[in-house]
Amino acid sequence: MELELRGITKRFPGVVANDDVNLRVRGGEVLALVGENGAGKSTLMNVLYGLYKADEGEILIDGVPQHFTSPRDAIAAGIGMVHQHFMLVPVFTVAENVVMGVEPTSLGGIKLDLATAREQVRTISEQYGMHLDPDAVIEDMPVGLQQRVEIIKVLFRHAKIVVFDEPTAVLTPQEIDDFFVIVESLKADGKGIVFITHKLREAIKVADRIEVLRRGKTVGDADPKTVKDTELAEMMVGRPVDLVVDKAQHDPGDVVLELTDFTVRDPSGRVLVDHVDLQVRAGEIVGIAGVQGNGQTELVDALVGLRRVADGTVHLVGQDITVANPRDMHRHGVAHIPEDRQREGIVKDFDITENLALTGYYAPPLSTGLTIDWKAARTTAEHLVEQFDIRTPSVDTGVGTLSGGNQQKVIVARELSRDLQLAIACQPTRGIDVGSIEYIHERIVALRDAGVAVLVVSTELDEVMALADRVVVMYRGKVVADLPRASTNHNEVGLYMAGAKESAA
Amino acid sequence: MSTTTPAGTTATTDATTVVGTPLTFEEKRHARNLGIAYIVLAGITMIFLTGHSGTATFNLDAGRSFGLPAQPLAWFVAASLAVVAGIQLWRGFGKWTNVVLAMASLLIFMSFLAWAAAGREFSFIGMLASAVTFSTPLIFGACAGIMCERSGVVNIAIEGLLLNGAFTSAFVGSLASGWPGMGPKSGFWVGVLAAMITSALFAWLLAWLAIRFKVDQVIVGFFINFFVLGLTSFLSSRVLTENPDYNDTPTLGAWKIPLLERIPVLGQILFRQTVFVYGAYVLVVVFTWFLFRTKWGLRTRAVGEHPRAADTLGVNVLRLRYRNVIMAGAIAGFGGAWWTATLGRFNENITNGRGFIALAVVIVGRWHPVGALSAALLFGLFDSVADKLSLLNTGLPSEFIKMTPYLMTIVVVAGFVGRSRGPKAAGQPYESQ
Amino acid sequence: MTAATVDGSPAAAPEQKPKLVAFFDRIDAYNNLLLPVLAIVSALIVGAFIIGLTDIDRLKEGDIGGILTTIKDAYVALPTGALGSLRGISETIVSATPLILAGLCFAVAARSGLFNIGATGQMFAGGMASVWVGFTMDGPGIVQVPLALLAGIVAGGLWGGIVGLLKARTGAHEVITTIMTNYIAGLLTLWLLKTEAFQQPGKDNPVSKTVSDKGRLPELFFWSDDPSLRAHWGFLVALAGAVFMWWLFERSKIGFELRTFGSNADAARYAGMKPATLTTLAMFIAGGLAGLGGATQIIGTQGYATESFAGSIGFDAIAVALLGRNKPVGIVFAAFLFGILEAGGRKMQLETDIPLDVVLVLRALIVLFIAAPALTRLIWRLKSEGSTSVLQFRGWGA
Repeated sequence: MELELRGITKRFPGVVANDDVNLRVRGGEVLALVGENGAGKSTLMNVLYGLYKADEGEILIDGVPQHFTSPRDAIAAGIGMVHQHFMLVPVFTVAENVVMGVEPTSLGGIKLDLATAREQVRTISEQYGMHLDPDAVIEDMPVGLQQRVEIIKVLFRHAKIVVFDEPTAVLTPQEIDDFFVIVESLKADGKGIVFITHKLREAIKVADRIEVLRRGKTVGDADPKTVKDTELAEMMVGRPVDLVVDKAQHDPGDVVLELTDFTVRDPSGRVLVDHVDLQVRAGEIVGIAGVQGNGQTELVDALVGLRRVADGTVHLVGQDITVANPRDMHRHGVAHIPEDRQREGIVKDFDITENLALTGYYAPPLSTGLTIDWKAARTTAEHLVEQFDIRTPSVDTGVGTLSGGNQQKVIVARELSRDLQLAIACQPTRGIDVGSIEYIHERIVALRDAGVAVLVVSTELDEVMALADRVVVMYRGKVVADLPRASTNHNEVGLYMAGAKESAA
Repeated sequence: MSTTTPAGTTATTDATTVVGTPLTFEEKRHARNLGIAYIVLAGITMIFLTGHSGTATFNLDAGRSFGLPAQPLAWFVAASLAVVAGIQLWRGFGKWTNVVLAMASLLIFMSFLAWAAAGREFSFIGMLASAVTFSTPLIFGACAGIMCERSGVVNIAIEGLLLNGAFTSAFVGSLASGWPGMGPKSGFWVGVLAAMITSALFAWLLAWLAIRFKVDQVIVGFFINFFVLGLTSFLSSRVLTENPDYNDTPTLGAWKIPLLERIPVLGQILFRQTVFVYGAYVLVVVFTWFLFRTKWGLRTRAVGEHPRAADTLGVNVLRLRYRNVIMAGAIAGFGGAWWTATLGRFNENITNGRGFIALAVVIVGRWHPVGALSAALLFGLFDSVADKLSLLNTGLPSEFIKMTPYLMTIVVVAGFVGRSRGPKAAGQPYESQ
Repeated sequence: MTAATVDGSPAAAPEQKPKLVAFFDRIDAYNNLLLPVLAIVSALIVGAFIIGLTDIDRLKEGDIGGILTTIKDAYVALPTGALGSLRGISETIVSATPLILAGLCFAVAARSGLFNIGATGQMFAGGMASVWVGFTMDGPGIVQVPLALLAGIVAGGLWGGIVGLLKARTGAHEVITTIMTNYIAGLLTLWLLKTEAFQQPGKDNPVSKTVSDKGRLPELFFWSDDPSLRAHWGFLVALAGAVFMWWLFERSKIGFELRTFGSNADAARYAGMKPATLTTLAMFIAGGLAGLGGATQIIGTQGYATESFAGSIGFDAIAVALLGRNKPVGIVFAAFLFGILEAGGRKMQLETDIPLDVVLVLRALIVLFIAAPALTRLIWRLKSEGSTSVLQFRGWGA
């Protein structure tokens, strides 16, 4: 089977998401589609899957034009999709999730035949070596296994072309290896694979062919056997990209932040952060690496007062702030760039002025007594918009209409534009364009050079390696490694992240 | 705290370890609260030691009866509650917690009745039978609510749909009985059919506005309630008052089920009722089976929990929602006809907020038809107790008895008696692309 | 998956706009003027059909002209009844006063992210507290009146605050708890009105003792001797309430916190605001406004309490708030419109044979066309323009 996308164009109000895109993938072949965030990869795949309707262009299967108006059509044509955010009903079992939409039935098509469903799931699961219990409930399963459920869903529908949208984003290095094994077995079975990613190394490792998407256009293809990641990056961004952040030698000062025996539990008593000891010095960037879900989020939440600290202490420049709330932290000169921009960092209905006042509104110069001085806030906002290069028509513009990169700059401007002792940046560049990434990285380094203690938490190992002076690895809630950046490398940190190695940290 | 974060899949990984006791913090606190609640209840029971004394005679069917001495019973109940409270605080009841709670509630209830009816006779069975009767429209309303909410549409409009059912069945039923070849009986059923159809239309309107125009579902629900209340009141005073013939249907008598009605006690409570009562029970059974055992049920529940997941598998989310909401409308329309069947006519705002109680029944019943049935019976029981007690003239204001189910609902939604979790996507408009 | 983003271009030099256009831009004429007007017109048209189609006698005779006359008479009677005389205006104000305050009540909660259906119960609480002050005290007015209003605010605030506290502490959804507290308040009121402390001596029905003359809100049209001009200073109190709400959300710190919490609770927590306090506070303020509405109803309009003095005001207020887009100025206008419908409706009922209930239908339709701007646009073939949703239900949560 051969799938071809020809001249696909998809416009949204004010934006051309896909502009005359051409793609082709055959059975038994892995095509990697790379491009930076916002390049139009997801839009393209949604067009392919019948979720969006293309304004121009056509989809051909074995040379025959197709008209997909819903996922049902795409599924029927043999296209399966494993979404970046899993499409699983958390309270359902594996079998229920897999068969939904094509349920085996009895009693004239009314009664759900779960016994058959279980059997069918078990068969496929064994065929590709995935070892899944059909009766397990999704919400109790680890992410790696949930992804397998997604794959079985696709195979259950006899897909011949399987699209993976950023499949490795939430997996541990070990799970990523397992995943690649499954991809190989699918390929050997004659399936065509489209592998969407922005991680260039993975594309080079697994693909037979690489196609690069930039600003909605296909800008060229590459042979993974010969291409270098710097070349790919340049194709992706459209200009030479420095994958390394320029940093001066670091010169750490006194200890600013000190966590001792720091422990966080969830409401049911499970340990999420396990007796962590951590120090961050002035003028130093400490990067916390780790796969999503290993306690980093909870560590930061508890540190800034959004969660209760179960055990241990936090000291800021010698002062005990273990029970401080977010407001106290703000008063103490702690900046916090939250992990989930849309959920916590901004209020989409508010304009830029209001968002820039979000954390500092309570104190002078923005407020006096019971009221807020919106004139002062507006002036400050105008100043920050200029200073932090936030691209917006005016400070009265709703933040919700800005691009991800500019939204993130609003947060960065708000958090980093005051006198600080400590800055905590979580996933500071997740899902934004390369230009903004570079800018935000520069800002973080400048902060460190100005003598602020910086804690960067990122699941992107590249980001941690680029920024950090010291790399701390978290695995299952524990700090498993604390390494000077200069004396470690990707490989070593990756092993710690996978839990394959444990040092006496 | 609730958030609007769409159902993501950030399920916990195996990166955490389970430590400590089998009881979570929350469960411990819950267990302690329950213990304190028992102590409070024991205190309340002591009130039943005051005032009335003597033996209450509870009449059952066929001249049978049993008596309960008010004060000794109150002593006994208070003492038992104290013991239960002690055990609850000391080590809890584990899996028996809810059973114990139910038993304790029953004891308090009986003690209360004995106190209220001390020295007099009281038709115990009549009270239970009318509890079943009163709960009927609530069951229909709640099933309609569950059907909507399980597929992700919050339906505040149950009240309006019931009210429309009551009006239409009375109006059309009266008209139809005058048609050639129709008697009052068959005319009535034509009215019921019309009630189902028109309520389904209103439900369609709800779905259309909520799905097509993405109007907030709670607001649409309110609109329908306002609109139906206004329209039926308007039509009632403009059309029905001037033409009393248009508002006159037969009341539906009890339909005794052969053999079953002869079962002692239960027979009179359950099997000498109207078709509406039987209909409610059949509905609960059928609906439960469909919701949990069929393809439709699986898809419905999926659409209520994670519509995008269902959509990506080719389930037509919007069509399913439309269909379910319209069916729910028909059910509520049928439930509304209960008033006509019971009273033989329509009065302005005859449903008087029962639809909102049905909404509470949905939540107290934890979005499960059987749970809703139990909750509806409980609400019906309080209605009927308030009704009967006003005859006994106990000195206890009937307002307080009428208040009990409302307080109880608050207690339940506040999670003092276990948590209930609604369908995750309820209330969220779905965009298919 | 946000597809459309403004890919920022540096701010263009703002063009000079004519003053009038700039003014309309500032008040967002499309959403705040055009849509409401169209909604009202749409509702009147649908209402005309309903009036016409229920005129059974004339329909049977095929007297279309007669039907049209009836509709015309009704729609003429509405505004003339409400605004054609000083008495009509007075009645309009009497109706609008509690609607403003109850509408503000819904709006304050709504902008804090809460669906407060409890205005009815909060009005009961406030009204009962104020009637108690009203009949136990006997002047002087300058002390008693503010005290009665204050009692209304506090009682209504506490009644609402309980709901907020329950939500904050246990996650109990306010839609359910406010419906329940409405019933409870209604029953408590009924019970209180039968107790010796409240019931008017010598009465069998549940009616409270009368508020002393000095404790009544002064008449609004004080220069006139006409006793039928019932409008009172409660109207000014309601306007003050609207100004308070404007100040709260546009100027005060607490208002900013409430707004933030209402738009994004997680962001509020992140920014160091306290969701539990804000939930309780929002419901307290909302309840206080409704309680004030109940108080004006008692010490202004009625002079005593009955079991139904809150009537359907609490529910109508939801419509008022939606129509006014949860903004104070909008609410004042919307309440006025509803007051016109109410006062004019009574005259219409007298002059034509159309029952007052048609007003309920018209109100419902106005709510529909306001809440569904897309529908209104479709009907009037308008171009789509961004209109923000008034409120989004957040699921039953826990």
